[in-house]
Amino acid sequence: MAVIRISTPLTDEITASLKAGDNVIISGTLYTARDAAHKRLVSLIREGKELPMDIQGQIIYYVGPAPAKPGQAIGSAGPTTSYRMDSYAPILMEHGLKGMIGKGSRSESVRDAMVRYKAVYFAAIGGAGALLAKCVKASEIVAYEELGPEAIRKLTVEDFPAVVVNDTFGNDLYEQGVKEYKIDTCK
Amino acid sequence: MDECCVRTVDVSEIVQAVRKLAMNTTSNVPKGAINALEDAYLREESPVGKEVIRQILENHRIAREESVPACQDTGVAMLFIEVGQDVRFTGGDLYEAINEGVRQGYVQGYLRKSIVTDPLFERVNTGDNTPSVIYTDIVPGTDVKIMFAAKGGGAENMSGLVMLPPAAGVEGVRKFVIDQVRKAGPNPCPPIVVGVGIGGTFDRVALLAKKAVIRDVGTSNPHPKYAQLERELLEEINKLGIGPQGFGGRTTALSVNIEFAPCHIASLPVACNLNCHAGPHDSIVI
Ligand code: SF4
Repeated sequence: MAVIRISTPLTDEITASLKAGDNVIISGTLYTARDAAHKRLVSLIREGKELPMDIQGQIIYYVGPAPAKPGQAIGSAGPTTSYRMDSYAPILMEHGLKGMIGKGSRSESVRDAMVRYKAVYFAAIGGAGALLAKCVKASEIVAYEELGPEAIRKLTVEDFPAVVVNDTFGNDLYEQGVKEYKIDTCK
Repeated sequence: MDECCVRTVDVSEIVQAVRKLAMNTTSNVPKGAINALEDAYLREESPVGKEVIRQILENHRIAREESVPACQDTGVAMLFIEVGQDVRFTGGDLYEAINEGVRQGYVQGYLRKSIVTDPLFERVNTGDNTPSVIYTDIVPGTDVKIMFAAKGGGAENMSGLVMLPPAAGVEGVRKFVIDQVRKAGPNPCPPIVVGVGIGGTFDRVALLAKKAVIRDVGTSNPHPKYAQLERELLEEINKLGIGPQGFGGRTTALSVNIEFAPCHIASLPVACNLNCHAGPHDSIVI
């Protein structure tokens, strides 16, 4: 299987080169955020305030990691289900976000926003948190420490494996995959 | 009371047992699920799907060897306690002891704390994964059996319940379960385990589905007709094409488990509770 290496920050050229179904390996920075952090980020934008991190060209990883054991950079850290962030994602893309990593399908408005703002949605393997944690070399809390697992963290990752689900052309790997493997049972 | 037959159990034993279960369970994916994943790896036709299963098996091996949770979502702590009717607890409140065990296990085991106080307004993380969800059954004898399951949110959110008219019959059940799995698609981290509750009442059928979903992969309902329905549903689900992680393939579910109970002449309650390939659970008898 061909694997494409990419590093953050992502540019329009990089996102345009990716197609649904591509296997990628990501190195660089990922910011973690899930439900509660998204709610706060989006209210900051709506109030015209500054975000705790610069999201230009960045990737947000939907994850709430387990605590690190002594000697680990981070505890198990696999993706959480992405649709819960659907109502927040378009405005973040409008403000420069280029990538999202999670698992599961996105809404139509998120997919449209990806085409419009040239952003990409990747899936990482849900339930492979122990394996994915090995790609995280450093982790620091950027904001909202009181949210515990939902705090925003800056992760430095090396060779983080993911699959392109939604590209900048409107393709969707989940739809393609099911079409290819569905067996029709006429009843 | 016939004193000779009563066994006393100090609740400190319960604290220790629950602590141990919480600390060890999430890093040890049950053998039944591992066997099913290994079989699926051999059978999966989609190259991407095969690679996903390989990585999942690799993940579960790392989790076991390094004693780290297989999935970061170490869930709601669910405790199913079977209490022998000749047991008397001493030394404190049983439910408080269970929560103390959860607290110690989640903190000492570096497990994620995922419980918020009230569901709607504040949603403040309680910081120690309590309170847990506790069910108790009174059974004959002097044993206390504690079953622990760490139930992740992703798969739980894809669950559903319907009150069918009895006329809907087997077809109605089939349609509901298949639709539920189809709608869930890639969200519950397939390959999944599908727990189906049939019968009882509105509340009971949900608990039946939960008990079904934490039943070991590779076991079937003892009733031959329900066992047959489990096999048929599994086959049908694996024709949906969702596949490992929803990337397309043959392995959407590892198992369909059904639990049933008698119900009212007017009712056919059906509940479908999903679990992911990790689905950690274990039990201890005291
Ligand atoms: S559905 Fe299961 S494997 Fe997936 S994130 Fe939730 S707990 Fe983990």
